[in-house]
Amino acid sequence: MWFKNNWKKLSLIGGVFLVFYFLPADSPRFNNALGESLRLAKDYAREHVLLCLVPAFFIAGAISVFLSSASVMKYLGAGANKFLAYGVASVSGSILAVCSCTVLPLFAGIYKMGAGLGPATTFLYSGPAINILAVILTARVLGLQIGIARAVGAITFSIIVGLLMHLIYRKEQITKAVSQTITPQTESGRPLWKNIIYFASMVGILVFANWAKPAGQSELWHTIFSIKWIITGIFTLILIISLSLWFKAGELKDWAESTWGFAVQILPLLFIGVLVAGFLLGRPGEQGLIPSKWVNAAVGGNSVRANLFAAVAGAFMYFATLTEVPILQGLLGSGMGKGPALALLLAGPALSLPNMLVIRSVLGTQKTLVYITLVIVMACITGLIFGAFF
Amino acid sequence: MIKIQILGTGCPKCKRLAENVEAAAKESGIECEIEKVTDINKIMSFGVMMTPALAIDGKVVSAGKVLSVDEIKQMM
Repeated sequence: MWFKNNWKKLSLIGGVFLVFYFLPADSPRFNNALGESLRLAKDYAREHVLLCLVPAFFIAGAISVFLSSASVMKYLGAGANKFLAYGVASVSGSILAVCSCTVLPLFAGIYKMGAGLGPATTFLYSGPAINILAVILTARVLGLQIGIARAVGAITFSIIVGLLMHLIYRKEQITKAVSQTITPQTESGRPLWKNIIYFASMVGILVFANWAKPAGQSELWHTIFSIKWIITGIFTLILIISLSLWFKAGELKDWAESTWGFAVQILPLLFIGVLVAGFLLGRPGEQGLIPSKWVNAAVGGNSVRANLFAAVAGAFMYFATLTEVPILQGLLGSGMGKGPALALLLAGPALSLPNMLVIRSVLGTQKTLVYITLVIVMACITGLIFGAFF
Repeated sequence: MIKIQILGTGCPKCKRLAENVEAAAKESGIECEIEKVTDINKIMSFGVMMTPALAIDGKVVSAGKVLSVDEIKQMM
């Protein structure tokens, strides 16, 4: 009886004991990896948290409070225009999918009650990849090129995957589960241009506060860099003015709450992700526990094999929101090619073993397998193309 | 006796909603049965696309929002 109640605790204690009993605390490689893990976390704290993550959380919070998802869902509902539905589905992830847990219900909803299989898969594929936090952090940490390639690649190929799914299963008709969908009410009568100024001022702060010291000789970039704090200040002023003129106290409270919600939800996971990535892979140019040789052998260069390996690995691995970024940073630093990196970015957040199971419960086994295959092939091809050019 | 259903796949927001519902039930003293619906197909059968959602006696009263304790009490 005692054993039955306590076996979990017992095996946990036993496991921790064994880990420390055999801890290679004197091995230089292990100690170095431990140091790398802490140094990478320090890098993030110094470089990315204040100027990049904090503004990004505020933007994500604002999106989830002030942009009406109901108005977007109109284009993905049952009576939606088919062509429009694909376009809207491919970009609406940036607004709707700021929280990864909302992607699957929306996907199931679009499939069963709304615009159907094609737009639903388009949304499922692009949603996690172009959510605003992911794009911002990718561009900031991994470079503008990969950041843009990730967003553009995800949008383009999500439409292709959606259309292919639609063509493969075009004969199939599903009976709509319910004719009427319930969407949250649209609130706040603020005119669009006020919202645009409000969002633009926040994006402006984010962009110019992070304006990097230019490497090339471009005159414009240098000029902007030298006055970037002035520009950032102007945008901050615009933000403050628009907040005090057009926003009610209750709305500001909602905004603060949802920003706080994102921070609480994402920061701990990201922190663990950074520590693990630093421990296993080290900072760029340094080595962690895993030798760079192995990484280079598996996903170095831009061969078909490297891209395919990255796409398959990404598809099955589970990445908590944003943790794909430090992991990829480590991999790139250890010699991963840019093509395979993009392949992993495209296949990774969209798919994981746990969410495959949920997708299967909605679509059935066969369609799920077709979808997974399409995603892996697409990610692999996009990686190859990107790797060939950059 | 009313029946309250929390629709959500188990994400952090859904858990916060569930906590608020429990708190609201306790504070108001209304007798109710609280059920968590996590199966995505069942959630769909309510016609809900935005989780977390809340249904009282089988009727969806809110979707896509974490309601505060006070808001839930009013709905009960």
